[in-house]
Amino acid sequence: MRGASGFAAAVAVLLAGVVVAFAVGRFPIGPADLLTALHAAATGTPSGLPPAVETVLWQIRGPRVLAAVLVGAALAVAGTAFQGLFRNPLVSPDILGASSGAALGAVVGILFSLSVVGIQALAFAGGLVAVAAVYAIGSALRGGDTILVLVLTGVVVGALLGAGVGLVKYLADPYNQLPAMTFWLLGSLSGTAPDDLVPLLGPVLLGTLVLLALRWRMNAMSLPEEEARALGVPTGPLRAAVVAAATLVTAASVSAAGIIGWVGLVVPHLARFLVGPGFPRLLPTAAVLGGGYLLLIDTMARTAAPVEIPLGILTAVVGTPFFIALLRTARKGWS
Amino acid sequence: MILEARDLAIGYGTRTIGRNLDLHLAEGEVLALLGPNGGGKTTLLKTLLGLVPPLGGEIRLAGRPFADLGVRERARLVAYVPQVHAGTFAFTVTEMVLMGRTAMAGPFEAPSARDHSVAAAMLERLGIAHLADRPYTLVSGGERQLALIARALAQEPRVVVLDEPTASLDFGNQGRVMREIRSLAAAGLGVIFSTHDPNHALRHADRVLLIRDGACLASGPSRTVLTRSNLEALYRSKIAVVGEGGDPAFLPV
Repeated sequence: MRGASGFAAAVAVLLAGVVVAFAVGRFPIGPADLLTALHAAATGTPSGLPPAVETVLWQIRGPRVLAAVLVGAALAVAGTAFQGLFRNPLVSPDILGASSGAALGAVVGILFSLSVVGIQALAFAGGLVAVAAVYAIGSALRGGDTILVLVLTGVVVGALLGAGVGLVKYLADPYNQLPAMTFWLLGSLSGTAPDDLVPLLGPVLLGTLVLLALRWRMNAMSLPEEEARALGVPTGPLRAAVVAAATLVTAASVSAAGIIGWVGLVVPHLARFLVGPGFPRLLPTAAVLGGGYLLLIDTMARTAAPVEIPLGILTAVVGTPFFIALLRTARKGWS
Repeated sequence: MILEARDLAIGYGTRTIGRNLDLHLAEGEVLALLGPNGGGKTTLLKTLLGLVPPLGGEIRLAGRPFADLGVRERARLVAYVPQVHAGTFAFTVTEMVLMGRTAMAGPFEAPSARDHSVAAAMLERLGIAHLADRPYTLVSGGERQLALIARALAQEPRVVVLDEPTASLDFGNQGRVMREIRSLAAAGLGVIFSTHDPNHALRHADRVLLIRDGACLASGPSRTVLTRSNLEALYRSKIAVVGEGGDPAFLPV
């Protein structure tokens, strides 16, 4: 199932995710009503639906669905890019410290009782600064294998940032701030408003477009470094561009939704299973599949129990067995 | 001369591995590099590919100083066939060969129709067209080596550099790869390869360069340079010659 049919399967998952996301929950909107509302919005005519349905659709469920799709796509695209760049299929988007940097930014924001916008901005900046620091330190060390040094620096800096998060949690007010921090660190899309989409959409689109533009070069970048250079790839500048783009989308999605693991690790494998490892087909497939995947998980998060289940917990619970099953089939090489 | 190196010093940063190396290669010529492990063969090849900067001396490629050439320009003149590796991701053989066209396009460009047809033609030329859609990770070692040669040819280079092209190949595939090397030269390419088998150099190279401890021990036509005494000095080990006078072969004893 390589090629066009694989991409079609990813699109089918996304469409199914959208239909289910609107159709279930406290205020179900069936596919027929959804189409009516979309058609009305596209043509600028009144839809004739009850105002309550319109409100849920455009103010509550719609933004959340869009956010889930964007965050899922962003994490999947970043994971795909990093796995290729580091020539390792076990790499996820937080390998260079984007998530831990964002986490530290967010908990500091909560500690100082900043507004939601302030917390998100601090998380976003934290993610970017952490990866920039890892990249600068890793490049300055220059010991032997650049890629390996970069990954190890990421692990070390990530651990330090983790200690910082621990310290902030220790200092936080245990009745108000600590639950907010814990909730943020576990990831959630509840309470996503239309205004939240703007700071998410811009960076995710920009980073994804850069990675898509470089898709053919990324094939060669996933070869051993010397081979890539002998093929005429300027590996240094290209690596910096890929890291910057992947970090931008990761930081934007983490600051919007908190820490959501596993998506960036599992979805690229699924996408490779569908269309093979060539980036020109892999990247768009991973984006679409990642969007559909996180949307389905988020729908589960808000409907499976009387209270919302944090996304980070569900992605781990769904992701772990899934990944083990994948390891069984992928033993012949990372198809 | 398509490739010329004069008084070359090679190494990594402050660590000099070899010096006073001279080398020249004409189009249609095959040059073999022989020498013990750690003697500087691979470093020399990497220097000639522009992967490791030279520590001294000068290299001219197609008449131009090496330092004037950018990464992409260089890749259009000299291609690299690395030692066979398993690969991380299961690209198809076609995708792998198509990567040889990387230097022909801008950073955001997709391969053109011509790129695709060149890749297909090179698969055909090496007799592996039937493997086009197979994952590179799942074909045999010999087939992978041929795919890597096809990728190098897709660069439409004037020089091809092969790092131990027969290492880890079975006997039959060693012959197949050496014959391909000969046919590259027949098509007008300059070819340099490193090897641990003096017999490959004797049969398939026009000239040889013997390197030990980063210094050139001898260089010249294969038939005159590849003698028992030279090889014994090169490897510091006893070597026997069979079929002397006619079609000789060397054996380590």
